[in-house]
Amino acid sequence: MKSHFIQAIRNLKDMLANLAARVEHTVHLAVEAVINHQVDVAEQIISQDREIDQEEVIIEEECLKILALYQPVAGDLRQVITILKINNEIERIADMAVNIAERVPGMAQFTESQVDKFDFSIMVVKACDMLKKALDAMTYHDVITATEVIRLDDAVDDIHQDNYGVAREQILRHPAQAGYYLDCLRVSHCLERIADIATNIAEDVIYLESGNIVRHSHEGNNHAR
Amino acid sequence: MAIKIQTKNLNFFYGTHQALLNNDLTVEENAITAVIGPSGCGKSTHLRVYNRIFELYREQRAEGEVLLDGQNILAADVDVLELRRRVGMIFQKPTPFPMSVFENVAYPLRLHYKLSRGELSDRVREALIGASLWDEVKDKLKASGLALSGGQQQRLCIARAIAVEPEVLLMDEPTSAIDPVATLKIEELMVTLKKQFTIVIVTHNMQQAARISDVTAFFYKGEIIETGATKQIFTNPRNRKTEEYITGRFG
Amino acid sequence: MKKKTIFFRKSADRLVRIASGLAVAVAVAVMFWIIFTVFRHGSAALKPSFFSNPSKPYGIPDGGIANALIGTVFITFGAAVLATPPALLGGICLSEYKEFRRFNATLRFAANVMMGMPSVIVGLFVYTSVVVPTGNFSGLAGSIALAIIMFPVIMRTTEDMLGMVPYALRESALALGLTRTRTTVQIVCRSARKGLLTGILLALSRVSGETAPLLFTALFADRWPWGYFNQPTANLPVLITEYSTNSPFAEMHRAGWGAALVVTVLVLAINVATRIIFREKKHGH
Repeated sequence: MKSHFIQAIRNLKDMLANLAARVEHTVHLAVEAVINHQVDVAEQIISQDREIDQEEVIIEEECLKILALYQPVAGDLRQVITILKINNEIERIADMAVNIAERVPGMAQFTESQVDKFDFSIMVVKACDMLKKALDAMTYHDVITATEVIRLDDAVDDIHQDNYGVAREQILRHPAQAGYYLDCLRVSHCLERIADIATNIAEDVIYLESGNIVRHSHEGNNHAR
Repeated sequence: MAIKIQTKNLNFFYGTHQALLNNDLTVEENAITAVIGPSGCGKSTHLRVYNRIFELYREQRAEGEVLLDGQNILAADVDVLELRRRVGMIFQKPTPFPMSVFENVAYPLRLHYKLSRGELSDRVREALIGASLWDEVKDKLKASGLALSGGQQQRLCIARAIAVEPEVLLMDEPTSAIDPVATLKIEELMVTLKKQFTIVIVTHNMQQAARISDVTAFFYKGEIIETGATKQIFTNPRNRKTEEYITGRFG
Repeated sequence: MKKKTIFFRKSADRLVRIASGLAVAVAVAVMFWIIFTVFRHGSAALKPSFFSNPSKPYGIPDGGIANALIGTVFITFGAAVLATPPALLGGICLSEYKEFRRFNATLRFAANVMMGMPSVIVGLFVYTSVVVPTGNFSGLAGSIALAIIMFPVIMRTTEDMLGMVPYALRESALALGLTRTRTTVQIVCRSARKGLLTGILLALSRVSGETAPLLFTALFADRWPWGYFNQPTANLPVLITEYSTNSPFAEMHRAGWGAALVVTVLVLAINVATRIIFREKKHGH
């Protein structure tokens, strides 16, 4: 019986890893679409989100099946619970990518001459780095990398706070282009959320390895969770 | 929680073979302590020290201290009969005496207490109620104990044990010879009984240990590898061997 | 892989089955033949007066077996009374008090020797040690001889029956604070009581037909067996011997067969009774 269980877990982890890779790729596509005004790519991202949702449901059902049939305990139980949680978190990241993609058509209308382009580059680099590290930590059960991810979250939060200020300034200066800057703020918010979710994934990895439930507290930041 | 039994450095021998090595265990009062481990790891051996039932066999001996309410029960001057009243035992195979249901409970009761006929009846009735058996046998108290079903026989043994007002109940795989439905009844009974008694149960069935116990002790090859709150042992055990056993990697 | 033909396995199976069936048939047939023969020869003698008249000396008509019947009852009952207590205690000791290793080994050895001893030797022994010193044959001496034969048999079955009581039962009794003695007597023996009774009855049925020991001890008498304690006592086995072989009269032969029939029926009855008792025990579980 045990070997069936181990095989089932292995399959589950593979499915999750595949989904994670796909979502990570989608995030990259989304931010590129924003920066390069690629409306068609954005539309593709939005339409393909359904597949990602379906995959998430499949993985969740598989987790429930394993819990019911094998009644795992200790490390095995934590493994299944972690997969369940990360599965859900990855799907939320995919939703964030869709939110970003939805901004692209609106932002594409504004040319270089009309607006001071928002520079997302640093934020994108940091958020994507956090996502990559979190997923790597998940794959390799790497607690050290996971801890690092949690530490990096504050930097992204700070950038978002700054972006908030920049957007406010720009809107006061160019009220006609307020739409653009609001979209930019939205993108910033999505990137900040992606970083948060990456932190959650990292916390789940720590739980899996140590059995301790940790929560990263956001002190001094306004966040509507 | 108060400590009912404290085992210190218990070593046990079958002739020259050492079956238990340096066992230290704390059994909390009014709690269920489950003892788990693979076959032959010493769980039953350890349990059988608590009421000195091993003394029936000459080549078995125990060294060390087992403190029941602070007093070492392995000392030579202990009244073993009184000890066995205070520390009752339920076995894997139900063992009703070859007597009527009523007599099964009354016989040991009469040996330990002077009771009038009415008092005896009352005590027997209370014990049968306490073992969740009264409703099923109240009309057949005169029937032979052997005529009951397996699950009922085991509850009769429990009634017999609790009639003499023990403080501790030792259970050696009490439900492994019983069907699953009767097993659940007995498990519910145990959770109720722990309010009055301290229970130590040896079990092969890890789900059972997880369901009903408050504390779990994991035995391996005569040693106690890990003890802890059941919740913690089954979600995040500290010892690698414990984890391997619980997740079924061996044993 | 070439499969072996099933033919050989089937025919071997059939062969063994036939052989077993034949063996059983032979044994059962012999048993029925004996019973039938005894019936045939003995039934002629059976009339009410046969059972109510005492035996008469040679030549005197209307002899019966009444005194021998009563005498046999006295002698076997006496044997049971003498043999059962020590045999039960011995069996209990062997089964429940295994720590007396030396004593138990000796006891077992002695019992084995006694079981192997020819019954005529037992009779001779009692003759030399009881009859000669007291100066007379007696039913009591006969009981002593039969008791010696019964003792190891009862002890062996007692040990076996007690051994069948599961260990957990003993432990549960002790775990409730019962002393060892109480456990042994009130729980273990009580649990095995049907088996113990069966053992005693089977030993009884075995000795009820023993002739050789009684020839040297109780001998025979045409009187009523009231002189059980110090006079030769009438009994069925010796009567059968006397009438069938030592007498020229056809009527006495017939009477001998009649007595043989009675003994056979008695032994059969005891065996059937023990089977019924024992079956009840199994049902109780």
